[in-house]
Amino acid sequence: MGKAIVVQDLKKRYGDVQAVDGVSFEVESGEFFGILGPNGAGKTTTLEILEGLRQADSGSAEIFGLSPWPRNPRLLPRIGVQLQASAFFERLTAREQIRTFASLYGVSPAKADEMLEVVGLADKANTPAEKLSGGQAQRLSIAIALAHGPELVFLDEPTAALDPQARRNLWDLLREINAAGRTVVLTTHYMDEAESLCDRVAVMDHGKILKLGSPAVLVRGLDSPTHISVELGVISLAAAKELAGPGDEVAEDGISLTIATRKPAVILSELAERGALAGLQVRGATLEDVFLDLTGREYRA
Amino acid sequence: MTSLSSLSRAMLLGFLRDKTALFFTVLFPLMFLMIFGVIFQGSSAPKTEILQVGAVEILDSLPAEAKGIIQVTKSTDLNKGLEDVRKGDVDALIRQENNQIVLHYSQADQVRAGTVRSIVDSFVQRANLAGQPGRFQLRPEQVEDKSLKAIQFFTPGILGWAIATGATFGAAMTLVSWRQKKILRRLRLSPVRTTTIVSARVGVSIGVALLQTALFLGVATLPFFGLQLASSWWASIFLIIAGTLAFLAVGLVAGAVSKTPEGASGIANLLVLPMAFLGGTFFPLDDAPGWMQAVANFLPLSHLTEGMQDVMVRGLGVTSILPELGILLGFSVVVSLLAVKLFTWDDV
Repeated sequence: MGKAIVVQDLKKRYGDVQAVDGVSFEVESGEFFGILGPNGAGKTTTLEILEGLRQADSGSAEIFGLSPWPRNPRLLPRIGVQLQASAFFERLTAREQIRTFASLYGVSPAKADEMLEVVGLADKANTPAEKLSGGQAQRLSIAIALAHGPELVFLDEPTAALDPQARRNLWDLLREINAAGRTVVLTTHYMDEAESLCDRVAVMDHGKILKLGSPAVLVRGLDSPTHISVELGVISLAAAKELAGPGDEVAEDGISLTIATRKPAVILSELAERGALAGLQVRGATLEDVFLDLTGREYRA
Repeated sequence: MTSLSSLSRAMLLGFLRDKTALFFTVLFPLMFLMIFGVIFQGSSAPKTEILQVGAVEILDSLPAEAKGIIQVTKSTDLNKGLEDVRKGDVDALIRQENNQIVLHYSQADQVRAGTVRSIVDSFVQRANLAGQPGRFQLRPEQVEDKSLKAIQFFTPGILGWAIATGATFGAAMTLVSWRQKKILRRLRLSPVRTTTIVSARVGVSIGVALLQTALFLGVATLPFFGLQLASSWWASIFLIIAGTLAFLAVGLVAGAVSKTPEGASGIANLLVLPMAFLGGTFFPLDDAPGWMQAVANFLPLSHLTEGMQDVMVRGLGVTSILPELGILLGFSVVVSLLAVKLFTWDDV
């Protein structure tokens, strides 16, 4: 499989803010690639340069071996873009929106309607875009990005401001899109989202890529403790401290008792033996911990 | 569907479903027309008023029943009398030169002109029958007419204003709200050409302008309002298209320099409303001071209104619109170039 995206030492400055500061990465065809970072990390600017909406100050970006800047009409039909803020025509229904956009790519109304079906909006076809819920609007936006069958799809924070249920539903949809053979590039400031969806993630902050790799590898490389929690009272604080090995931490927060340990197997079997597993939760390190480890500060979403 | 037709459709539906825009570009000016029509309707006299200058023999021997049809006022001042005819204060001026009965009338109101001519003609024939046959001859003379009866005057004026408002706001709002709502950005990501987007806007605006025209003329020509269209009124369609282009360009400039729809609306109002007053929409500029007429000469709305009045109600020929058409198109080109220079896809 060829390379869908090749980015080398990309830089972009707005006034005295270095929005993108020497970013390099490659995305393989068919890959689900995530750019993860807090607001203002430079994710969107990077994406906009790749989409051809902005010109980089320096460095190079290539999509399928072509430069996206200046606006490249040969490239545009091969990429699909879902913008951060949904861009809909005023006072048009969902069906009219997607048909209008589809026609710009020479895609038939029937094909556009089909895509509405794929994202589960067939029953909202006659609803004005303004009246759609957040999740529905994002779905419509994604359907519009996909209607012309692009090989590469850019999704800029597709699940921002969605309720948990809507997020999960959208994740399923995004997995399907990727499974259908499309390369997907997604920005997000949700750690769990990147972890759940992406083959590889680039962790970005202050315009730079701090780390790049598969979520599992990044997390494993951390050597951070596993958090084991049980209901308060099933085991006393003193007993828990006895259980814990050297370097482990034990804490109570009024609801549960948590042991942070590097030997979870030992602790778990001990707890099981004592029948003290009520309300058990085991949480390994997450990308959040990766971020904390990389920046030395709490993740600020 | 092609890109052009689907974008046009999207714009048109967006406009037709926007009740506020629909009200301000179509119904609001129409309301003005109807209000003015009702106000000024009372100003035309039910009786045919004729101004008599000097002795006119046939009027001296009028039968009693004629007194119900016409009202004769005597005057000695010919120039002032002719002016009254021009202004539509009286229907006609009658005087006698030897055996010729000279009738000065205004073509502005063709119904009144026709009525007064046939009435006087019947008097002349009656006098000829009664006395020596062929003694009197009627010589109708149209006064050189620049002034028009109220409805004749303000239909082209308010229509011009309505078209200017529709085109300016249409372009400014599309540009600003499409930019603000990132639709322009989204369009830029699709393979659609800029010329296609502009053509769609131009097409929709011209369509809306023609719709406004049809509606306006439809209402104004109702017997209640009594607009009389001159024979080459259809030539005004060219003016309407050229005027739409001119005000689209104005709207594009307003849209390019403002960041929010509110700002664009303010700037558009600032440009169009003074033009409406200075451009002869609501009142004739014939009596306005010279400097005001000079300013009006630079405004596209004055030329649109003037051109439409010429062919719609003054009865001038098709070629009379050529200068106005040229000015409007020239204005469109210059302002469009400015708009292209100021244009931005994105507000950041």
